[in-house]
Amino acid sequence: MDKHQGPDRRSFHVSVIYAMWAVITGALTLPAAIYLLVPPKSKKNTSEWIEAGDISQLKANVPEEFVFRRNRLDGWKVTSEKTTAWVIKQGDSDVVAFTPQCTHLGCAYSYDDKNKEFLCPCHTSTFGLDGKVLTGPAPRALDRYETKIAGSKLMLGDVRKGDA
Amino acid sequence: MKSGRISNAVDWLEERTGLPSSVTHFMNEEIPASAGWHQVFGSIALFCFLVQMFTGILLAMNYAPTPGEAYNSVKYIATELTGGRMMRGLHHWGASVMIVVVVLHMIQTFLWGAYKRPREATWIVGVFLLLLTLAYGLTGYLLPWDNRAYWGTVVATQIAASAPGAGPYMTQLLGGEGPIGVVTFARFYAIHVLILPPATMLLIGLHVFLVRKHGVAPAPGDETKPKKKFYPAQVFKDTVAIFLTFAVLFTLAVMVRVPLERLADPTDTSYIPRPDWYFLFLFQMLKLFQGPLEIVGSVVLPGLAVMGLILVPFLDRDVMKRVRHRTLALGVVALAAFGWTGLTVAAIRSTPPTPVIDVTEMQGPESWQLLSAEEVAGIGYYRKEACASCHVGEQKLGTTKKRTREWLMEHLKHPEVMRPGSSMPPVQLTTAQTASLAAFLVKLTPDNASALEAAPQAAVEGAMLYRENQCHVCHQVNGVGMKTGPSLNGVAQRRTRDWLEQHFIDPQKLSPGTTMPAYKFSSRDMDRMLTYIMSIP
Repeated sequence: MDKHQGPDRRSFHVSVIYAMWAVITGALTLPAAIYLLVPPKSKKNTSEWIEAGDISQLKANVPEEFVFRRNRLDGWKVTSEKTTAWVIKQGDSDVVAFTPQCTHLGCAYSYDDKNKEFLCPCHTSTFGLDGKVLTGPAPRALDRYETKIAGSKLMLGDVRKGDA
Repeated sequence: MKSGRISNAVDWLEERTGLPSSVTHFMNEEIPASAGWHQVFGSIALFCFLVQMFTGILLAMNYAPTPGEAYNSVKYIATELTGGRMMRGLHHWGASVMIVVVVLHMIQTFLWGAYKRPREATWIVGVFLLLLTLAYGLTGYLLPWDNRAYWGTVVATQIAASAPGAGPYMTQLLGGEGPIGVVTFARFYAIHVLILPPATMLLIGLHVFLVRKHGVAPAPGDETKPKKKFYPAQVFKDTVAIFLTFAVLFTLAVMVRVPLERLADPTDTSYIPRPDWYFLFLFQMLKLFQGPLEIVGSVVLPGLAVMGLILVPFLDRDVMKRVRHRTLALGVVALAAFGWTGLTVAAIRSTPPTPVIDVTEMQGPESWQLLSAEEVAGIGYYRKEACASCHVGEQKLGTTKKRTREWLMEHLKHPEVMRPGSSMPPVQLTTAQTASLAAFLVKLTPDNASALEAAPQAAVEGAMLYRENQCHVCHQVNGVGMKTGPSLNGVAQRRTRDWLEQHFIDPQKLSPGTTMPAYKFSSRDMDRMLTYIMSIP
C-alpha cells in the first residue's frame, strides 16, 4: 500500500465517494420525480359551458343521448372530440345530463327502454332514471354535468360526481 | 443485528449470483503506480452517457416523434411541465459536455500514447465511440423540429447526399429526396433512440472489457514500482471529476435557457442555418472548398481524418515515452486545436447577429393561434396600414383606452368624426377588412401585444386569404364560424400538408360527396393558406 494511504485517508476517500454520488443521484432523481409526478401547469379552460343540443323536443322522463363536440386539452394538444351525455327532462322543467360512463369501471352504458333503466354491458350495473344504482357493482350514482339552459339550448359545464 | 441482516443478504446474493465478489474484484483491479488525475476522463464520459440515457428516457415520456407534434410536445415539456425545462437543459447541455469530455479523453490517450501495442483495439473502439457521440448530436438536433433543427439538418443531409458514390444511397437511407419531412424525421428519431444507444452500450462494454484485459496503460518506469488498487484512491479521483462535471452541467441546465425557436418553416427564406457549435468547424471548412472541390471539405477531409484516427496506433509504433518527450504528439494536438479554434471562431464571426426567438417564453399555444381567423387577418391589415409606426409611446395600441369594435370601425374609416382634431389618415381598406382590423385591435392588450405582433407573416396572410375566401361560412376556428364543414382546430394533427393541398385542388377526389368547392390558389397563396391552417391549434 502507498505510504500516503493510511486508514484515515482511505476512509476520507470512501466517505467523499459516497457523499458525492448521493448528491448526484439526488440532483437527478428529484427533478425527474417532479417532472413525472407534478401535473402540467395550465389545466385552464376546463370550466366553460359547452352547447350540447336542443331540448325543446325532449319528452319528460325519456332519456335521450346527446352527441356533441368539445375541445379538450390533452397534453400538448387541444383535441376536438365527440362526446355524449344522457339527457333526461325530469318533470316539467328540470333537465339532468349524465356523463356516458358507468361509475364502476368506465364502460359506456345504454338505455334499456323496456325496464326504464340504464344498463352497463360490462358488469351489468343498472341505474334508475335519477341516476341512482339499482343493481350491480357500481359504487355510486351516475356522474352528472352541471346544466344551464339558454332558450331551448342545453349548456353543459363541469362534471359532478354522483352520490355514493 | 442490522448489519447481520445485510451480510446475510449479501451472502445469499453471493451464493446465487456471485455478483458481490465480482464487484469487489472489479473495484480491486490493480492499476499502475503512475495512474492518477489524468485518467479520469473515461469515467466521466461513461457518466455523461448515463445522464443522457436517463434524461433522454424522461424526455421521451412526453415527446411525440412526428414533425409538428414533436414541436408542440417539446414546447409542452419546456413550458407546461415542472422540471421539464430542467430535463431538456440537462439533455441539451449534456450532449455538449459529453462531446468535450470524449474529446479530452481521446487527447489524453493520444498524448500519453496509451493506444500502443497491445491496446490498438481499445483505441479503435474508442474512435467509433467518438463517431457515435457525434451521430447523437447530428440526429438529436432535428428532434425539436424548430427552425434551427430543420435548417441545420437540411445542410447535414445535403452534405451526406454529396458523398461520392454513396450519396444517392445516403439520401434514400435518410428519407429520400426533397425537403425534410416525416420519413427523414422518423429515420433520425429511430437512429437516435433505437440504433445509437444499444450500439453505444455494446461498444462501451467492449471498450471497458479491453481496458480490463490489458490493464490501464502504464507509464515508463511503472514496472519497477508497486501497483495500486483502483478502489478507493482512483475511484475518489474519478468521483471528484465526475462531480465537478456534473456541477457544470447542472449549472448550465439551470442557468442557460435552451431556446425553442419557431416551428420549422421550409418557406422561411430569411433563416440563417447553423449547426451546433461542435460541428461549426466542419461547416466553416466547406467555405474553403468551393465548386467541384466542395466534396474535399465535406467528405474527403473528414473521411481522411477518421481514417487517420483509426490508423494512429499503426503509424506510431515506438516504445512508450514520457508525455514530455512526445513532442510530435503534442505538436499534432496543438495544431488540431489551433485549426479547430480558428475555423470555429471564423464561423461564429461570419454568422450575422440574429435575435434568437424563444417560444418557451410565450405561454401555451402562442397567443395569436388562439385568435379567430378574422382577428389573425386583422394583424395583417394592422401591418399593412403600418399602425404601429405612428402609435408609439403613450399612443401605443393596446395600452390606450378600451374601445368597442363599432367605435373602432367608425374611427378607422373616419378618424376625425370619432376624435375631432385627429391627424390619423383613414385606412385604405374594405369594410370587411376594416372589421377584421377592428376585431384584432379589440383583442390587443399591453400583456399580449408583443406576442400577437410576433405572429409569423405567412400565417397572417393565410388568415387574410381565409377570410377573403369566406372559409368561415362553413368552417369553425377557435369557436368562430359555422359548423357545416369540420372544425379546423387541430387539423394539422389529422391531415398532412400535402393532403390539405390536394384537398383544396380537388376536394371530391379525397372526400367524395363533400360540398366544399375546389380552390385554385397561386402557389404562393396556397402556401400561405396551408401555413395558416396547419397552425391552428
